[in-house]
Amino acid sequence: MIHNSSNLKKAPQGLAESLLIIEPGRTEKNYWADLWRFRELFLILAWRDISVRYKQTIIGVLWALLRPFLTMVVFTVIFGRIARLPSEGNAPYALLVFAGMLPWTLFASALGEASNSLINNANLISKVYFPRLIVPVATMVTAFIDFLISLLVMVGMMAYYRFAPGWSILLLPLFGLMALLASLGPGLWITALNVKYRDFRYVIPFVVQFGLYVSPVGFSSSVIPERWRFLYSLNPLVGVIDGFRWSILGGNSPIYWPGFLLSLAIIAFFLWLGISRFRKTEKSFADII
Amino acid sequence: MSDIVIKAENIGKKYTIGHQAERERDTTFREVIVQNARNLWHKTRDLATGRPIIQGESLEEVWALKDVSFEIRRGEAVGIIGRNGAGKSTLLKILSRITEPTEGRVTIKGRVASLLEVGTGFHSELSGRENIYLNGAILGMTRAEIKRKFDEIVAFAEVGKYLDTPVKRYSSGMYVRLAFAVAAHLEPEILVVDEVLAVGDASFQKKCLGKMDEVAKQQGRTVLFVSHNMAAIQNLCQQVILLSKGRLVSWGETTSVISHYLAQGGVLGSAIHWSEDAAPGNNNLRLLSMTACSEDGSKDGVYQSQKKIYIEMTFKASEIHSALCVGFDLITEYGVTVLRSYHTDMEDVSRPEVRKGINTWMCAIPAGLLNGGVYTVSPRISLHNISWIVMLDAVLKFEVVLNHGVSSFWHSLDSRSRPGTVSPILKWKVD
Repeated sequence: MIHNSSNLKKAPQGLAESLLIIEPGRTEKNYWADLWRFRELFLILAWRDISVRYKQTIIGVLWALLRPFLTMVVFTVIFGRIARLPSEGNAPYALLVFAGMLPWTLFASALGEASNSLINNANLISKVYFPRLIVPVATMVTAFIDFLISLLVMVGMMAYYRFAPGWSILLLPLFGLMALLASLGPGLWITALNVKYRDFRYVIPFVVQFGLYVSPVGFSSSVIPERWRFLYSLNPLVGVIDGFRWSILGGNSPIYWPGFLLSLAIIAFFLWLGISRFRKTEKSFADII
Repeated sequence: MSDIVIKAENIGKKYTIGHQAERERDTTFREVIVQNARNLWHKTRDLATGRPIIQGESLEEVWALKDVSFEIRRGEAVGIIGRNGAGKSTLLKILSRITEPTEGRVTIKGRVASLLEVGTGFHSELSGRENIYLNGAILGMTRAEIKRKFDEIVAFAEVGKYLDTPVKRYSSGMYVRLAFAVAAHLEPEILVVDEVLAVGDASFQKKCLGKMDEVAKQQGRTVLFVSHNMAAIQNLCQQVILLSKGRLVSWGETTSVISHYLAQGGVLGSAIHWSEDAAPGNNNLRLLSMTACSEDGSKDGVYQSQKKIYIEMTFKASEIHSALCVGFDLITEYGVTVLRSYHTDMEDVSRPEVRKGINTWMCAIPAGLLNGGVYTVSPRISLHNISWIVMLDAVLKFEVVLNHGVSSFWHSLDSRSRPGTVSPILKWKVD
């Protein structure tokens, strides 16, 4: 083997001597550092999903306002007027419903987007290396932007009903984060499973439809009999929605603490499960997608 | 500081493939139900325990790559060749970290950028401008880097005024140009490139190869290049790695490895048939057989240069696409491509028309054209400027005996051939 020394030139500046070792099990070790190195890719993938979302639609981003608003109207009529379920304190029923809709929509769309994210990006997965965790998390940003837009509707409704929130509104970002984390855990798990079994692509719409009625979106969780309330909080969305209502409606809607903590624990458990399952199967994504 | 930038030690990659068990011919409905129920149970169990799940009843382990070791020095351009399925793509995937090796270890010094496909991650709804940023980030460039090179990329791609048009409105040629332009402006220390230059029109391919050449020779970067284009490999690479069935068969100086590769054709005959399930191609088109025969009907693989030689291709088309090009490369034993012929080279009215079902076409290589020597034929079937359908190396081999000269001096230099790639008889006259 001849080596032509005239081809020897100085390597370009920068990461010239970064040493990379590839061997079985190696990606484990510098995974989280890699995640940070690929932050620009994360941002650009999130930006792509957002800018593509309402392309070729007439009303564009108005969809993000219209969908939760119309659902709210329907729920208010069905649960508030027809079923005559009680509101919380003196809060208008429409506000109660919308305060539940906000976290629910955030959760449902984040979960939906995340769980299909790997399959939708199959060509990236099989042709480029990056920590795969970026993909599902980046798609959740879209759901979050929609959430921010529908917050505007909330503000408009509060102005309409002349309803002033208390200091608790300042904790709203925390509950928003909680809703995102609640969808991240199952989302990661399901998207990883989806790579092998496309069955799960059909499971999510079902779960979301089902969950809308099981979770206290159209009604207050205080209508649940006291002895079932702790058990009811096994659904992590119960804690999230209760938190939102408390934060927006203030003292009208006190938090049921044992249930809230249980919801938090469930969210933490699913987050752990999702991340560990995702990490375990991640290596083989490119081989089987 | 040693100059070795890539060091691969005994790398191997194992895939586990599931097979459906052979079924008895008269399986009852009840048995099918039982079988499916059992499968479902196994899968659920695997799902719950988080074990890798493989469809099928019996498992087979396949080593796509086994015991591959090599070293590449800084500034070298190295070609990787081998038949389809030899493990070239798997090797590139391991080097670019898309998949992990099952065993062995690779040490890489420097930033690696890999280009396994042109336009990875391009989004059809986004404009050319947006896609440059998107694709750049996917290939590992920072925003600042893309900004700096933006004008250069646009100029290279020649898409100027369509920059703000969604790429779904681009012609396939423009699309490929834009995609390659982004990739060409990557500045990694090590560039890994799969057969991506094969799409696009000839002038653009030339431009791409020129760019690759510049990257390798002038900028002194290390390039790993997979290709079926022996001429490109010959031009670009000082070293070649030859893979066969997942093993490294030969590694060294370009010309000798290429002739080794083509000599593997020793097992080749002048005809090849594929069974329908193993036939190369895709769901729309499968190449079923190829034959090289002489005008006089002989198929023994040794043909007279004074007679026409027919290359016969039989393929099955299930879908008809207007961009379909059926053709082949004719390559000498030294790796020089003598010619490429496509049926679309002819005018529309006179060329054969693709029909659904089996098509058998013949291409006549004129008598008195080829020099004496051994030739291989590589099928090339594509959707023009869109994608390859069949891109196999050397599936046929035949020998030409030079005997078409009329003058007694014709044979004087060599009994088998005279200098030159072809040996036509040209016209001479007094001016």
